Amino acid sequence: MAIFLTADSKVIVQGITGSEGTKHTRRMVASGTQVVGGVNPKKAGSDVDGIPVFATVAEAMEKTGADVSVIFVPPAFAKAAVVEAIDAEIGLAVVITEGIPVQDSAWFWTYSQGKGTRIIGPNCPGLISPGKANAGIIPATIAPTPGRIGLVSKSGTLTYQMMYELREFGFSTAIGIGGDPVIGTTHIDALEAFEADPDTDAIVMIGEIGGDAEERAADYIKANVTKPVVGYVAGFTAPEGKTMGHAGAIVSGSSGTAAAKKEALEAVGVKVGKTPSETAELMREVLRGL
Amino acid sequence: MEYQAKELFAKHGVPVLPGETVDTAEDARGVAERIGKPVVVKAQVKTGGRGKAGGVKLADTPDEAVEKAEGILGLDIKGHLVRKVLVTEASDIEVEYYVSFLLDRANRSYLAMCSAEGGMEIEQLAVERPEALARVQVDPVQGVDEAKAREIAEAGKIPTDVIDEVTRILVSMWKVFVEEEATLVEINPLCRTPDGRIVALDGKVTLDANAEFRHKDVFEAYADVVSADDLEGRAKAKDLNYVKLDGQVGIIGNGAGLVMSTLDVVAYAGEAHGGVKPANFLDIGGGASAQVMADGLEIILSDEDVRSVFVNVFGGITSCDAVADGIVQALGMLGDAATKPLVVRLDGNNVEEGRRILAEAAHPLVTVVDTMDGAADKAAELANKGN
Repeated sequence: MAIFLTADSKVIVQGITGSEGTKHTRRMVASGTQVVGGVNPKKAGSDVDGIPVFATVAEAMEKTGADVSVIFVPPAFAKAAVVEAIDAEIGLAVVITEGIPVQDSAWFWTYSQGKGTRIIGPNCPGLISPGKANAGIIPATIAPTPGRIGLVSKSGTLTYQMMYELREFGFSTAIGIGGDPVIGTTHIDALEAFEADPDTDAIVMIGEIGGDAEERAADYIKANVTKPVVGYVAGFTAPEGKTMGHAGAIVSGSSGTAAAKKEALEAVGVKVGKTPSETAELMREVLRGL
Repeated sequence: MEYQAKELFAKHGVPVLPGETVDTAEDARGVAERIGKPVVVKAQVKTGGRGKAGGVKLADTPDEAVEKAEGILGLDIKGHLVRKVLVTEASDIEVEYYVSFLLDRANRSYLAMCSAEGGMEIEQLAVERPEALARVQVDPVQGVDEAKAREIAEAGKIPTDVIDEVTRILVSMWKVFVEEEATLVEINPLCRTPDGRIVALDGKVTLDANAEFRHKDVFEAYADVVSADDLEGRAKAKDLNYVKLDGQVGIIGNGAGLVMSTLDVVAYAGEAHGGVKPANFLDIGGGASAQVMADGLEIILSDEDVRSVFVNVFGGITSCDAVADGIVQALGMLGDAATKPLVVRLDGNNVEEGRRILAEAAHPLVTVVDTMDGAADKAAELANKGN
C-alpha cells in the first residue's frame, strides 16, 4: 500500500523542461517511478529522454492516464500551474516550488476544496514510497529498501536525516509537507493516512517552530491514532520574531515555540527526541517492542 | 513602521490624518507650520510601547514641535534607535475602534477582526473581553466586497451612524491586504473625532517577503537601513539566509530544518562545555558551491563572538564531495583570515569521497566527526577552550 503514492502511480512533471524539472525527472525515473509525461505549453510535442511533453495537464492526463503531478514551475507561475492541475482534476499535485507568495497558496488551496485534487507543499521535497514510486526531490538512495515506518516532516533535510538514521528499517512512505505558512497536506492528513495504511506500523512526525500544526496534530493523535508515534521538533533555540529559513518558521510571542509543541505531543503519549539521533533511537525501541 | 503603514493606507483610500516624516528636528517646524494646528511628534521604530518610552509627544506650536523632535530623535526604544519622527495633526478622540485583516495559518484562510472597543492592546482585549472582539473568516477566493465588509463591521458592533464609513474603510483596507500582498493589515485605533471624521490613527502592515518580486518598489522604499559592518546586512547582500544569535559556535548547514536542529544540538552539547551556544543560523541551501561556502565562512569568521565553527551538511541533492571541495577552496580563499577551528560533519550523497577530500587536504583547522551529535559536542568543546 503506502500512502498517497504507490507502484501504480503515473506521474507527470509540470515544468519538466526547466533545469530542476529535467534533473529530478531523471532521478524519479532512476528510482523506478512511472513518469509518463511532462507539461510545457511552449514545448508541446517535444520530449525529455523520450518522455513526451504535452501542452496542458488535461491533455497529458488524457493521453497517459496520469494521476500525480509534480510541479517545478517558478514562483511567479506556480499559482496558474496548480490551478491548471486542479481544473484537470488530477488526484495529487506535489508542489516543490519554494518562494510562492502566501496569498497565492491560500488562494489555490481554497480553490481546491471540494474538488478532486490533494495538494502536497508548496516548498516541500515531495514524497517517496521506497521501491514503489518517488514524486519530488527526496533522494531514493538514502533509504532504498521498503519498510514499515511512516514519516511526515515539514523539513526536507530533516526528512533525509531521519530516513538515513532509520534506513536499516525502511519506510512505507516518507512525506515532506513543506515549511510554508500555508500548505496543502498537513501533519494530520498524513497521520490519518498512515493510521489507515496496513503497510505502516509506526510513525515518525517531525515538526518545527511556528504556527500550531503540531499542537493540533497532538489532539488528533489522542483521539484517532492507535499506532505508535515518535516525534521531533526543531527550533528550541530560535529567538522570538526571527524567521529561521522557512517562511513559516517564526516564533510570535509565546505561541509557536518548540517547547510548547514538545509538551503538547508528550501529553498525548508521543515520545519526543531531543535530537534527530535520539529520535531515531526512540523509534528503534518502538520497533523492537512491536 | 507606522508612517510606512499610513502611506500604504493613504495609497488605497484609508483615511489618515495629514503628516510627514522627518529625520532632523529642524524639519519638524515646516511640517507643523503646514499643518497649522497642534501636532503629535511620534518616534518611528519597529516596536510597540513608544508612548511609555517617551517616544510620542504633543506640540502646540512649530517651535515646540522642533523641541519635542529633538528629544525623541536618537532615543533608544527597546533596542531600536529612533532615526525618524512622524509629525502629524493632533486630534481629539471621541471613540476608538479596532479593525484588522490577517493570514490565518491554521485555517489556511484569512481572518477579519473588528471591535467597537479599540485603543488597548488587542491581545489584552482578546483575553479579557473575547466577546467584544469579532472574528470573521474571509474566503481567499471570494475576498471582501461591500456586503462582507458590512458583515465584519456589524459583527464588531460598530455603531450604526458610522457603519457606512467603517464599511468603506474595510473595503479599502482589504485592497491594502490583497494589492500589497500583506499577511497583516491592522488599524488600532481607528478613531472617530469630535468633528465626526473616521481616521486611522495608528496602524501596522506586514508584507509577505515571498511576494517581493511583484512589489519591488515598495520593498525598496521600505528596506531597513543596514550599515556595512552589520553581519546580517552583509549576509543579506550576499543572498545568504543568516540570522545572528548571541552564542560562540558558528553554524553552517543545508536546509532550514536541519540548521534549526543543529542549533538545538549545539545548545544541548554546550551545556557540558561552559554553556556555549550557537552564534548564528546560516542555511546555505541545496547548491552549496565553493563560493557560497566561502561567503558563509567569511561572515561567520568575522563575527567576533565566534570561537569555533560547525559545518553540518546532509547531502540529499547536494553531493558531499562538492561540499568538501567548497570547504577546502573557501579556506584557501580566506587564507590567513581563517583562524578559528572548524568541525565538519558530512553524511549522505557521496560521503566517502567528501571525507576523503577533507582527509587529503588535512587542513590544520578542520576536524571531521562522523555523527551530528558527536560533531556538535566537539564544536562546543573547542568553543569553550577558545575562551
